[in-house]
Parts: sequence; structure tokens; C-alpha cells
Amino acid sequence: MDVLIVALPLAGAIIAGLFGRTIGDRASQVVTCLFMLIAAALSVVVFFDVAIGGNARTTELFTWIDSGDFELSWALKVDTLTAVMLVVVNGVSSMVHVYSVGYMSHDKHRPRFFAYLSLFTFFMLMLVTADNFVQMFFGWEGVGLASYLLIGFWYEKPTACAAAIKAFLVNRVGDIGFALGIMGAFVLFGAVGFDQVFSAVEGQADAQFSFIGIEGHALTIICILLFIGAMGKSAQLGLHTWLPDAMEGPTPVSALIHAATMVTAGVFMLARLSPMFEFAPIALEIVTYVGAATAFFAATVGLTQTDIKRVIAYSTCSQLGYMFFAIGVSAYGAAIFHLFTHAFFKALLFLGAGSVIHAMSNEQDMRNMGGISKLIPATYILMWIGSLALAGFPGLSGFFSKDMVIEVAYMDNSAHGTFAFWLGIAAAFMTAFYSWRLLFMTFHGKPRASKEVMSHVHESPMVMMIPLLVLAVGSLGAGWLFKDYFIGDLRADFWGDALFVLPTNDTIEAVKNIPGWVPWAPFVMMVSGIFLAWLFYIAKPDLPQTLAKVFRPIYLFSFNKWYFDELYDALFVRPSMALGRKLWKAGDGAIIDGFGPDGVAESTRSLSQRISALQTGYVYHYAFAMLIGVVALVTWYFLFQVGM
Amino acid sequence: MTDQILSIVTFLPLVGVFFILVFIRGDEEAVARNARYTALWTSLVTFAVSLALWFGFERGTPEFQFVEEYEWIPSLGLTYRMGVDGISVLFVLLSTLLTPLCILASWDSVKTRVREYMVAFLALETLMVGMFCALDFMLFYVFFEGVLIPMFLIIGIWGGARRVYAAFKFFLYTLLGSVLMLLAIMAIYFQTGTMDIVTLVSDAQIPGNMQLWLWLAFFASFAVKVPMWPVHTWLPDAHVEAPTAGSVILAGVLLKMGAYGFLRFSLPIMPEASAYFTPLVFTLSVIAVIYTSLVALAQEDMKKLIAYSSVAHMGFVTIGIFTMNQQGIEGAIFQMLSHGIVSGALFLCVGVIYDRMHTREIDRYGGLVERMPAYSVIFIIFTLASVGLPGTGGFVGEFLILVGAFQANTWVALLAASGMVLGAAYMLYLYRRVIFGRLTKEDLKAILDMNLREKVVFAPLVVIVLWMGIYPVSFLDVMSASVSNLIENYNQTLAASDGVSLASLWSGN
Repeated sequence: MDVLIVALPLAGAIIAGLFGRTIGDRASQVVTCLFMLIAAALSVVVFFDVAIGGNARTTELFTWIDSGDFELSWALKVDTLTAVMLVVVNGVSSMVHVYSVGYMSHDKHRPRFFAYLSLFTFFMLMLVTADNFVQMFFGWEGVGLASYLLIGFWYEKPTACAAAIKAFLVNRVGDIGFALGIMGAFVLFGAVGFDQVFSAVEGQADAQFSFIGIEGHALTIICILLFIGAMGKSAQLGLHTWLPDAMEGPTPVSALIHAATMVTAGVFMLARLSPMFEFAPIALEIVTYVGAATAFFAATVGLTQTDIKRVIAYSTCSQLGYMFFAIGVSAYGAAIFHLFTHAFFKALLFLGAGSVIHAMSNEQDMRNMGGISKLIPATYILMWIGSLALAGFPGLSGFFSKDMVIEVAYMDNSAHGTFAFWLGIAAAFMTAFYSWRLLFMTFHGKPRASKEVMSHVHESPMVMMIPLLVLAVGSLGAGWLFKDYFIGDLRADFWGDALFVLPTNDTIEAVKNIPGWVPWAPFVMMVSGIFLAWLFYIAKPDLPQTLAKVFRPIYLFSFNKWYFDELYDALFVRPSMALGRKLWKAGDGAIIDGFGPDGVAESTRSLSQRISALQTGYVYHYAFAMLIGVVALVTWYFLFQVGM
Repeated sequence: MTDQILSIVTFLPLVGVFFILVFIRGDEEAVARNARYTALWTSLVTFAVSLALWFGFERGTPEFQFVEEYEWIPSLGLTYRMGVDGISVLFVLLSTLLTPLCILASWDSVKTRVREYMVAFLALETLMVGMFCALDFMLFYVFFEGVLIPMFLIIGIWGGARRVYAAFKFFLYTLLGSVLMLLAIMAIYFQTGTMDIVTLVSDAQIPGNMQLWLWLAFFASFAVKVPMWPVHTWLPDAHVEAPTAGSVILAGVLLKMGAYGFLRFSLPIMPEASAYFTPLVFTLSVIAVIYTSLVALAQEDMKKLIAYSSVAHMGFVTIGIFTMNQQGIEGAIFQMLSHGIVSGALFLCVGVIYDRMHTREIDRYGGLVERMPAYSVIFIIFTLASVGLPGTGGFVGEFLILVGAFQANTWVALLAASGMVLGAAYMLYLYRRVIFGRLTKEDLKAILDMNLREKVVFAPLVVIVLWMGIYPVSFLDVMSASVSNLIENYNQTLAASDGVSLASLWSGN
């Protein structure tokens, strides 16, 4: 069954990708959607078997690489952590497949689109079922590839192509860290299988290690390198620049890859490696700082964006930051729980935004929307549910996971935990503000779109609405339903050996003794955020513009995303191109060739001219001359020999 | 028959040459057609026969297999000695595989002097295979240098506009190194009294300070062939001017000769010098990876871009070889094989559109996916393999090399790993400019997708590149015993020696 779950998406991708032209659009869609739905159903079965039934297992397929001690196999490891991911990945993926049938109905490259989606799902499944570092890297790079293909799906748009390459390259920068981390782990433990490494961690807890001249605690260095990989994939501060641009891809892609699954791979990786990170406290501290900074940074940028998808993209970035700082304070269960609930409501928000865009004739700028709440009431209500879940309205899924994340940060009782707590609180306020800003700008007020567009506004077809409903049910109930398993009293049995926390680091346990005011803080932030949004965009619509004028530098700083793109462009992109050109013309051309072969060739020019005259006629002569040369050389050697 | 299998594989192409030269007569059209078919069938039969090596090769032993030995010139102590081990056998197969594909790829694009072209290609095959099989130093040298001749002709006669310049640059560079190597070979003979590679490899007994001289002499020859920075500048010119099939063999097989030389001779025969010069090799290789990747980023000519990428990839190979551990060396050999397939395929990809548009300038293309979907799929597969995406052949070699490098020197691993980003940058940038975008250029609007012949050429390459990525063990198995034997001998010799120093170079011996 485990094999089937992974193989079905791959089969779908191959059928739709290679034979899509032959079997036609309809058949490609049916095949991929059907396979995905089966895989999703099987995942739920596996989830109950493994997570609730405690039946973790590993299926080994066949050897992949075997070079000295560096041996590993293709294998499917399914424990609770994987089972959770299987449900998330296949659940969201199947919904997105179905949704896309409606959303992409006007596109002429549908088989290709569905093939990419299924291919992505396959790679993601390989990532979460890996039982060794290298297979995880395989899935890791594979989802990067699928992301590249899907962002650049509309290849005629130059911006889409640029965004696709940017996503791949920024991810690759992180992957250098991941790859070096794998190598470091191999050098330290002599193996790359998770089981071998984890069982050896305690023995190497104090090992020292030298990396590029830095002498230090081996596990800390390795964990930091691996975390750099996670930062790339999960768009953490510094390596986040690709995620907003990735919104160039079709909206279902944003929902699946850039909200629910791929971007959470970094969180999954760190949770999977919890036995290593637990022994690297400094690495955990860094994870906390980076996560908290990302949560805050992305929220500030989200405040001023006007593209509906970019607002949600920054929101995703910010929520990923929450997950990371939860991991940083050793609350792996809370991080994965937030990953789990976030997958539902963020996919819902993205697909809902897709429904809006679909209704507005592909308009994405919120400044050109407004006043459509009555025209598409179902989408409107679903967006409310998604936003409430995101903001952490009591009882909805985000409430349980996000509040837990904030609380564990507080209970960590450390400098980095407190840092994360306050930034998390601030980000919660901003989250509520930008979410309702989005709702108000999109649905309320006077219509700002043209008459033409407004006359076409329509509710999306059933094939798009049903996936939204399924995700809405998850957003409403998933938190309440599973909180006892993920972060409650049943968590020890639920997680089994999948997560490892040192007893002294168990912050989830510590939350039981939390001071009374802390759990209220996120709620107060949410209410005031919503109120401020109401004030700005319903009660006094002129206020934002006045404020933007008064605080222009701050506004621009946020609106231009803290100028990261400009900075990187000036620091890396343009210098590389210029350096390349210089090395080519000056290095290769003037220096190496000038002093080397061209100088020599100068003196043989007359010879070459004579030979070029020769070759117009008799090739044999030419070949013969060369042969004679070698024969002469050899003969000379023989004579030399004889002479000895 | 199996006793002489290596000789059969080596010289079978010459039988084809004989047929073409003796029996093919008639008008130009008929001669061209018959020459094509004769060459194709000869190379196919050769490939089929060479498969016996794959199936008959005994895994798990470092011994040379299929060994043949005949007196050649007894008075001179010269022997005709052939044999393959886990390091060389796969290169024989690579050569016999690529040759028929090259002939097929030249089917329509070579229109002049077809008969001579085919003769050159078959002769090239003989020389390449012979080089990888030779177990006698003199025999090796003859093949090693002989390869230059047909390649020189292929570039110089069937090449592009600046073919003569390129051919001479190629020849000058490689010949200069070769002369030094010949001197070194003779010096080894006078020192040890044997030309037998098997004996030399297992126990050379060359004094340390002499090793340094010999190593440098060999290095001069091998470094040019690899090519290592800064003696790489012949390669872009040679590739740009060479006909497509010439580029394929050049990148696919000829570039591997230098690295093969390091593995076969420098490491086992001159271990102390190799250890001594390792930092030099690492430095040059790292520069090659970063420098040529940046240069590739700035290229406007497709073939030049891929040529520079070859230099970068071969930089990985030389790093791997000199890490002197199992992962590094196996990775290097694997990378050579996969690079042979991948870069060969990439040159074929360029050839496909060059045959249609007669330009290699990147700016002249754009939006090809519209008209050429099959081509776009093939091209992306090899682009990704070149980028080293896991699941393709490119990944396994690159990753193993980095694993090896990490153990040898973390700086080298870190700097070489930056090639992962730069490599992706120039390849994806190329792909985007050629394949994606809107199809606006008038002359591209009627371009046709690949025909059946072209698909047949690519099909085996696609299969192999995925096979190498998903089940690389079938290749690693072949080489592992020979590689571990090589490392073991190397470490033993090194442990017994008291080291060398540059000072001994100048003090004389």
C-alpha cells in the first residue's frame, strides 16, 4: 500500500505527460485526478494504521548508491510524522487536482499541467518517505524541479520564466547547505541512513569537527548547514525572495506547492532530524531567531502589498516562520501541528483567491476589486473561514496550533524564546490586519473594476467549489479534532519514535503552567488587527493613503519588501554576469590565449594557410602527412631503443 | 573468440574502413549512401560485440580481464598487450555506444566527402577503444596520440568557418603536452625496464624526486586533454568549429582521456608525487569550476556555453580523482561516464536546431517549445542531468565527488558545491532563452520538430541517463574493486615513503 501511494502519482504524471496528446485532455485529467484521489484515500488508511495504530514500518525497494561506506537504498519509511505528511500532501494535492479541472479549463496545455502536478506530488512523497538523507535530497530537488516547471508554466510570460529560474537558483543556494550537511553527517557517522545516524547521535554528542577552518561542535555545524537547506525551501528570511515571485504560476500551484506542501518541507526536515537538533542547542537557537525574524518580516511586507496572491504568499512565509521558531524551542509536535492546520486554511485561502481571480477575469490587483461579496457569496464565506482560521479565531484550526506555537516560545524561558514570543505576537496582530484588509479590499466597498469585468463576475463551478468546501471543513475542524494527538496528552503514543525531545526541552509539557495572560495575548492581537483593518478600509477609507504619505519611508520600505531583491541583484546577479563576461573576454581571450596558443599560432600562420589550401583538395594527403608524423615519432623511438 | 574480444572490438571498425575504401565506388550520391550504411552497420556490430564485455566482465575483482598478449617487436621488448579492468571497461563501452549515434547524427548534416568522414570516424573509434584497452605503455602512446589525427581532420575539414584556427589550436595544445609525456614514458622504461602497465601499476619503484619530474610531464599532457584551467581555451574553439558529431566524441570520450591518464598512470605509478601535487590540482579544479561557470553564463553561442560547462564538469572530475578515497574516485569515474552521455546529448541537441537554422547564436532562437514539444522534453532532460538533478546520471557522480572532497578538504567541497548553483544558472538561462518565451522570430515559425532518426539517436541516451540516476549500482559495481585496489596500493606506497619535496626537483637526482 505504501508503494502504491507513491507510485500512483508517478504513473499519473507519466501517462498525462507522455501520452497526454494521444489520449486527450479529458482522459489525462480523469487519470491524474482519479489516481490522486485513490492515493489520498489510501493515505488516510495508512494514517490510521500508522499514527493511531502505532504500526510504523519501512519498505526497502532496491539499492540506489553503493560506494564504499556510502550505501543507501530507495526506501519508503512510514512513521507518524510521514503519515501526517502523506495526509497533508495527498489530501491537498487531490483537492488541487480536482479544482484545477475547473480553474484551468480554458488552458490549452492541460495534460502538461496535470502531469506536472502529479509529478510534484510524487517527488513530495519521496521526500517525506525517505529513510536516508540522500533520498530526501532527491525529493527535495525533485519538488524544486516541479516548482520550477509549474512557476514557468505560462512560458510565454517573461516574468514567469524569470521567477521560475529565480526559484530554482535560490533553492539551490540553500541546497548547497543541505548537501554539505549530508556530507558532514556522513563523515561524522559513517552512514547516511536515518536509523543508523540517529542511533549514533548520542555517542557523537560532544564530537568536534573542522569545517572550512572553523573548529567546532560537529553536530552544531552539521545542523546549521542542514538548516540552510531548510531555509531555502521554506523561504526563510534571506532566502525567501523566490516565494513571492513564484506567484507567477497558476493559482492552484500556489495553493499546493507554495502554501501547503513544498514550502513546509524545511519544517518537515527539521522535525525528522529532531534527534540531531536536540543535541545541537546553538543550532536550535539560530533556527528560533531566523524563524521569528521571518514571521515578523513577512508580516510587515504583507501589510502593504496590493496583489491578492502576494499578500497570501507573504502570509505563508510568515506562518512558516512560526513553525520554525516552534522547532527552535523543541516543540516539534506543535510545529507539525501548525503545518497540518496551515495546509488546510492556506490552501483554502489560495484556492479562494483563485476563485476570485477566476471571477474577476484574471485580475489580481486588489485595488481593482471591491464590492463583489454579494456576487460570489460562497467564495466570500469560504474566504472568511480561511481568514478566521489563519488569524486563530477560537475553535478554528489555527487557534489550536498557532496559539500553542506562541505559548511554547514563551515557556522556553530563554532569550531566543522570548524574542520569538514578542515577534510572534506582533506578527499575529499584523496577520489579522492584512487578512481583513484583503477581505475588505476584495469584497467590500464600491466596485473598482470596469463594468465589463463586473458583468462577468460569477461564482465558480462545482468542480472548484467542492474542493474548497473540503478544505473549509478541515480549516474548521482539524484543530479541534486532532489537538490531543498532536500536542495534547496523547502525543507520546501518537508520535512514537518519530519525534525526539530531550526531557529538559519539553516545552509543550511546560505550557500547562503558563501564566494566565499569555494565551489571551494572541486573541487580543487578532481582535485589534481586525478592528484596525475595519477602521482603515471600511470606516475611514482615506486614512491609509494619508498614513502612507506621512510615513512614506516606512511605507516604501514595506511596499518594496525591505529592498531584498534590489540588494541581491546588486550584490550577486549583476556582478556574476559582469564577471563572467570579463573573465571570458579578458581572462580567456586576452591573457590565456594571447600569451599561449595565439602567440604560437601567429608564428605558424603561414603554415596553416598552406594547409588550408591543401585541404580543399586531397584529404588523403592531409591524413597521410599526419600519420607520417606519428610514425616518424615512433620510429625515432625504436631507433633510440636499438641504440641503447 | 572471447579470448580476442578486445582486439576484435578495437579493430572491427577498421574492417569497415577497409570496405568503404575498397568496395564503395560509383557516383557521389551512391558513395555517400553506401558509406553511411557501411559505417553505421560496422559501428553497430562493434557495439553489439562490445556488449560481451559488459556481460562477461567479472565484478568484484581488481584484476585485468580479457587479457591478450602477443610478441610485437621482440627485439625491442615490445609486446602487444590488451586488457581492461573496472576503471577502463566502461569507457570502452562509452566509446562503442557513442560512435553509432554520432554516425546517425551526421546522416544528413554531413554532405561533403561523406566517405572520408565515415572513414575518419571509424578510425577514431579504433583508436579510442585501443587507448582504453592498451596495457603496454608504447601501445597506449600510439593510440593516445593517434586519436588526435582523425579528430584534427574532422574539425579541420568538416568544421565551421574558423575551423583551421580551431584545429591548430587543438593540435598545438595537445601535441605540446604529448611530447613531454613521451619523454616521461621513456624515462620510466629506462628506470624500470618494462613497458608493461600491469607491472608498473602494481609496483613501480620509482624514486620520489624522479616521480615529481615524471608527474609534471604527464600532467602537461593530461591537463590539456581534460582540459584543466588555464589550458582549456582550445576546447571552446574546437567545439564551436567541430561538426556536431565531432563535438559529441570530443566531449564524450576525448575529454576523458586526460582524467583516465591520471587514474591509470599518475596515481599508481607516481603516488608520492600525486600526493605532493594534490593541492595544485585542487586549486586549478576549483578555479575551473567557478571561473568557467561564470564564463558560461556570459556566452552567446550555444556550443561555446556547453563547451565551457564541460570544463566545469571536468573540474569536478579532477577533484574527485585526487581526493583519493572511494567516493571521490568512483564519483569521478561515474561523472566522466555520465558527462560523456550528457554533454554528448547536449551537443546533439544543439545540432538538431543548428541543422535547421544554421546558427548557434542563442539570440536567434526563442519560443521553440511552441513548434518543437518533443525536442523541448529531450532538451530539458539533459539540461537537468547537466545541472545534476537527483534521479539523473549527473547527480550521482557530482554528489559522490563532493562527498569525497568533503573528506579530503572542506574548502574544496564548499567551493565546488557553488558549481551546483552556477551550473543551474547558466543551463536554465540557456534553456529559457532557446525554448521558452513567445515565438516571434519569422524564420522560426516553420521549424519542424525532431524526426524519427533524431528520436532514435536520443532514445538510448535518455534511457541511460535515467538508468544511471536511478540504479547507478550497476555501474558502481563494475568499478568498485579496481578503485579500492587502487586506493589500497596508493596508501601502502605512501605509508612506506618518506615524502618528497619540491627542493629535490632542483637538487637533481
